[in-house]
Amino acid sequence: MSADIAVLGAGMHPWGKWGRSFVEYGRAAARTALADAGLEWSDVRSIVGADTVRSGYPGYVAGATFAQALGWQGARVTSVYAACASGAQAIGAARAQILAGLADVVLVVGADAAPKGFFAPAGGDRPDDPDWLRFRVLGATNPAYFGLYARRRMAVYGDTLEDFAQVKVKNAAAGALNPLARYRKPVTAEEVADSAVVADPLRLLDICATSDGGAALVLSSMDFARSRGVADPVRIRAVSTVTPTYPRTVLDLPDIATDSVTAVRPAPGSFRASIARAAYEEAGLGPGDLSLAEVYDLSTALELEWYEDIGLCAEGEGAKLVREGATALGGRVPVNTSGGLASFGEAVPAQAIAQVCELTWQLRGTAGDRQVPGARAGITANQGLFGHGSAVVAVR
Amino acid sequence: MERTRTPVVSGWFTEDGPDGAGFRLLGTRCSACAAVFFPREDAYCRNPHCPGDGLLAEVPLSPRGRVWSYTDGRYRPPAPYVSDPEAPWEPYTLVAVELEAEGMVVLGQTVPGVTVADLAVGAEVEVVGGVLNEDPDTGTVWTTWRFRPTGGSA
Repeated sequence: MSADIAVLGAGMHPWGKWGRSFVEYGRAAARTALADAGLEWSDVRSIVGADTVRSGYPGYVAGATFAQALGWQGARVTSVYAACASGAQAIGAARAQILAGLADVVLVVGADAAPKGFFAPAGGDRPDDPDWLRFRVLGATNPAYFGLYARRRMAVYGDTLEDFAQVKVKNAAAGALNPLARYRKPVTAEEVADSAVVADPLRLLDICATSDGGAALVLSSMDFARSRGVADPVRIRAVSTVTPTYPRTVLDLPDIATDSVTAVRPAPGSFRASIARAAYEEAGLGPGDLSLAEVYDLSTALELEWYEDIGLCAEGEGAKLVREGATALGGRVPVNTSGGLASFGEAVPAQAIAQVCELTWQLRGTAGDRQVPGARAGITANQGLFGHGSAVVAVR
Repeated sequence: MERTRTPVVSGWFTEDGPDGAGFRLLGTRCSACAAVFFPREDAYCRNPHCPGDGLLAEVPLSPRGRVWSYTDGRYRPPAPYVSDPEAPWEPYTLVAVELEAEGMVVLGQTVPGVTVADLAVGAEVEVVGGVLNEDPDTGTVWTTWRFRPTGGSA
């Protein structure tokens, strides 16, 4: 078990399609988080940026880009790219610096300005790039993979389209209570069923949109927090960033094929489950201790899989949890109290940071109408291209 | 213009027969540990338990497998997928197939005309050759692999 770090500040730029630069969203989120922490930017000796590859060269060096936008002041700088896990790895880098004594207080920022419609691979003729090849050879978009997982769940566990729709209904209800979310209208199961099929069996309202957005955290050592008069901050107790185990047998983005099982038998358990397991081990707690969770609901069906992977229920029982209302606000362990990606959309480098913002507000008891009463511990879970997986555990 | 058949990616499949007969996906197999790779891995074995010093030799993959899952694309995917923006969008069907001998899951489009209604998890399919698209400017016919139900049940 490792030492805690403190969350002194959390901030976001509201998500949506605003048509501005990712730098503006990141700067706004950073300034909000600094104000929340009661710190000046000049008090911060290290900044970590979660990178975006869609926003040109400044996006590749997001740490320095945000530092410039806030005003050069000589801070240590780090930039992190790990696709959807970028934000979590940025938090991991900041935490390592704090625990190693390299910095007392670190600003973590992620922001994106996403295109409309499907995400596409980097441009040019790139036959050595698996992400380019899956589009060129197969037309396999991200929702195509979500559709494969959804159909597999229906065949193996008996999940239904109605189960998937219930996830959207639940998350939209939570998002309606979140002023930072892009979509703030309740959604009915009928509206999900009536929306167009994108990748069978998933409908438009089963799949998260692409969005602009930004999120930031001010993290510090526990000593620094105490020195600023913060005796009982929200604490980050674990950040897992793990890779799969060979042979990987689930087709994941941007794979065209999985590993063969001719040399090594696959180990039991899924890669996604190993992400949460590593975080629980590091934090010294388990799923039974959770007050809430934030997971990557890239599709409604995928959220059900996360219930199983973070240990809220046994394999194949995810749909039962949503049917019972266990994961809704007011349920036994609410999931995606923020409204999730269903209500925010994807702003890739920001979303894993935004998950921790939500945990922070919930654990402080300041989440307003979507507050989970007496929240004491929460986990986030996310997954990026090419075998990145991350989870963060925060406690109060 | 003379039309030239060219694999969309070279070395991933055979091109036996214009009708797709004898068509096979090609992978590589490590001589030291028996791990099989598709798409082919020619540089190094990726099995962390491999004793090493093996050679990666080209190997044809199982011609048949069972459906792991399937879906379709009801909206036009972005480039580099090639489609005529003037023509109405025709959805493609994607199927993930667990190959018989290798136990690996390979993603591919089905042969034209097969929709999600024709598929079921566990059903048997076979791999055949097919055409991905044609480039009228160069006369290139880009060939690929396709999966076709055999009629074998789950």
